[in-house]
Amino acid sequence: MHTEFLMGNEAIALGALAAGVNVVAGYPGTPSTEVLETVAKRRTDDVYVEWSINEKAAMEVAAGAAYAGARAMVTMKQVGLNVASDPLMSLEYIGVKGGMVVMVADDPGPISSQTEQDTRTFAQFSKLPCFDPSSVAEAYEMVREAFELSERLGTPVFFRATTRVDHGYESIQVADPAEWRHNSPEGFVKDPSRWVIFPRLSVVNHAKIEARNAQLSQDFSSYERNFITSEVGEGVRRGVATHGINYAYVSENLSGACQPRVLRVATPFPFPEQLAVEFLKGLEEVLCVEELDPFIERQLTYVCGKYGLDVRIRGKLTGDIAPSGENTVESVGAALATFMGTEPVATPAPDPEAPTLPIRPPVLCAGCPHRASFYAVKCAMKGKKTIFCGDIGCYTLGNAAPLDMVDTCLCMGAGVNIAQGVFHTEPDTACFAFVGDSTFFASGITGTINAFYNQANMTLVVLDNSTTAMTGHQPHPGTGRTMMGEVVAKVNIEAVLRGIGLTVVETVDPLDHKLAVETVRRVAAEPGVKAIIFKSPCVVLAKPQAKSHVDASACIGCRRCIKELGCPGLTFVDGKAVIDQTQCTGCTLCEQVCPVGAISGGERL
Amino acid sequence: MSYDIILCGVGGQGTILASKLLANASMDRGLAVKTAETIGMAQRGGSVFSHVRIGEASCPLIGRGRADLIIAFEPAEAVRQLAFLRPGGTVVTSNRPIVPASAMVGGPAYDVKTVMDYLRAKVEHLVVVDADAAARDLGSAKCLNVVLLGAASRACELGLSEQDLLAAIHKLLPQKLWELNERALAYTTKND
Repeated sequence: MHTEFLMGNEAIALGALAAGVNVVAGYPGTPSTEVLETVAKRRTDDVYVEWSINEKAAMEVAAGAAYAGARAMVTMKQVGLNVASDPLMSLEYIGVKGGMVVMVADDPGPISSQTEQDTRTFAQFSKLPCFDPSSVAEAYEMVREAFELSERLGTPVFFRATTRVDHGYESIQVADPAEWRHNSPEGFVKDPSRWVIFPRLSVVNHAKIEARNAQLSQDFSSYERNFITSEVGEGVRRGVATHGINYAYVSENLSGACQPRVLRVATPFPFPEQLAVEFLKGLEEVLCVEELDPFIERQLTYVCGKYGLDVRIRGKLTGDIAPSGENTVESVGAALATFMGTEPVATPAPDPEAPTLPIRPPVLCAGCPHRASFYAVKCAMKGKKTIFCGDIGCYTLGNAAPLDMVDTCLCMGAGVNIAQGVFHTEPDTACFAFVGDSTFFASGITGTINAFYNQANMTLVVLDNSTTAMTGHQPHPGTGRTMMGEVVAKVNIEAVLRGIGLTVVETVDPLDHKLAVETVRRVAAEPGVKAIIFKSPCVVLAKPQAKSHVDASACIGCRRCIKELGCPGLTFVDGKAVIDQTQCTGCTLCEQVCPVGAISGGERL
Repeated sequence: MSYDIILCGVGGQGTILASKLLANASMDRGLAVKTAETIGMAQRGGSVFSHVRIGEASCPLIGRGRADLIIAFEPAEAVRQLAFLRPGGTVVTSNRPIVPASAMVGGPAYDVKTVMDYLRAKVEHLVVVDADAAARDLGSAKCLNVVLLGAASRACELGLSEQDLLAAIHKLLPQKLWELNERALAYTTKND
């Protein structure tokens, strides 16, 4: 054993490696990405790891490996679970041979997601056991326990953490590689009565699953990570039920002579019912401190009804805890103080004298080629009736002023068929769908085939920066690199589109503004589904050549560069445009926009 | 008990590396550390923060009004996080504003003088680092994080010496950056 300062996601990866994981697949998504990246970095040669093209593919790869007796893990963020839910909902009935952990990162807030969905609820829906760690150290230990349970019961299990555990860091004790368990998979054993799903098999297995989960609820009541701490003080009849990082918020706020009894739930499903009954005994009121769904609150309310217990259960459903968003140390402190009838710890009130601060929403980086792509389409389609359907990635940020080029954004790959749906409703609108290269591979291809087959009239714009930029530059099929470090044949986006049947597919550098605008005008005028591939590398990965400078004597202070582009590298000082040399990448877009040629010197990538 | 630090700035300024340096230096002193970071979309030029808790703490996040020290890479971000500072706490801030594009295309304006005046009026223990001068003197703007850490280690009871931080720099950064960061760490000594 040795001590390391680890991010929660790194600890989960090392926990899986120490548990003898053989195969890990996933799709990047904040806050889950670092789990798979750490497996790739720290694995021994016999561990297989891949970035799959989407979560459904990753789930199936992990399931196949587990069918063959491997210990397998699949990683994703909570919305990725929606993509993977088709195989998972059936896998629930089939089960696995090797241990299989479905690692899902939930995102209360949401900080970098579209939804505030709760994987604990998904676990109940899919009838699969679920683990929910409270700290980095616990996450490390719990992964092994998840694998053991999965293998013992022959079922995939959820390992669910939230952002503050995934992205929290702690100095913890971890095993040396020499201490890692070694797992030698038996291989796939043919047995059609086990591995081929049919209605008859599903009904039989459904009954088994329900019986297993009833037993598991009993077992989890004595699982050491589900526990009760005693109340402090005479006649305290109040309890707090909590989970995950909220347990840390509760602990941080508990002190003094009067403290509630605490139930910490580490396995929300199957719910440890007997432990809950023991917890509720003798209490008058319970406050459920949770994020996302009122999951424990509903379970405890059910337990009270089932066992005829007269305990008032409070939480999100009673308005004592915020129904949405992330809890904080002080929001939990305030809720606990109200519940216990104690004086809340003073927190500073907002200062009315505080100056108005600039708002700092995330923006496209200085020199980002997506800015040039959006600007080219904007210029080309000026004055026309248009809709610009966006998608998931850095380029969602094209919605901000002054570009204002993202009219819709829903989920991975949705933009293509949203544009198609708008076309079928208002055929006189020029419909555009913007999709990044990684998102195109993840779920843009089927949508494009759908639009092409169903005779839509729309323009697909692929923003190809040759990486998965938003989540930290993961390789994908177009990059020609795999997570195993191999150099492989690249999947060519233009060839894919031509293979589908598109006849108008043009690849152009968006930073050549004049050519880009001409290309958009020409392509958008063609009938049917046509495509433009804007190809230019992500500036975070590329090294700038020469940067742009403003000739102050030539600048007329018209602010056109700033107002048109909104580049964070451009500022306005003493009536002149100024380029921040620490940010400029020399993309030259501002040089091409300046009406008097006052900006020069850049060299685009 | 823990010593609680908030680092804040704008995505891309190096707050995460600074929190890792603090954590490593503390661990080498045998102290427990917990931290929490902004990762993901907000990193693209948005407001970012790290919470660093050195010593025994049950939770990686710090409550409002409970931080001992704020290390701000940007003055408006210092004001944004000021509610986390405990009474009598210390703020170490860069004076160099980073003006977001939003302030030039219709969003709230950025008046840096008002921001700095407010910090001077509200924070008793305030250390202002001249970031432009540091970049000029050191020949690089990229080591602002280490300049600020050096100033912080001398301004308050961090429990970490310059030597501790230097050891962490040697551990986490490639050798070609050691000399620059060594100068950065000591940079504000003359003004302390």
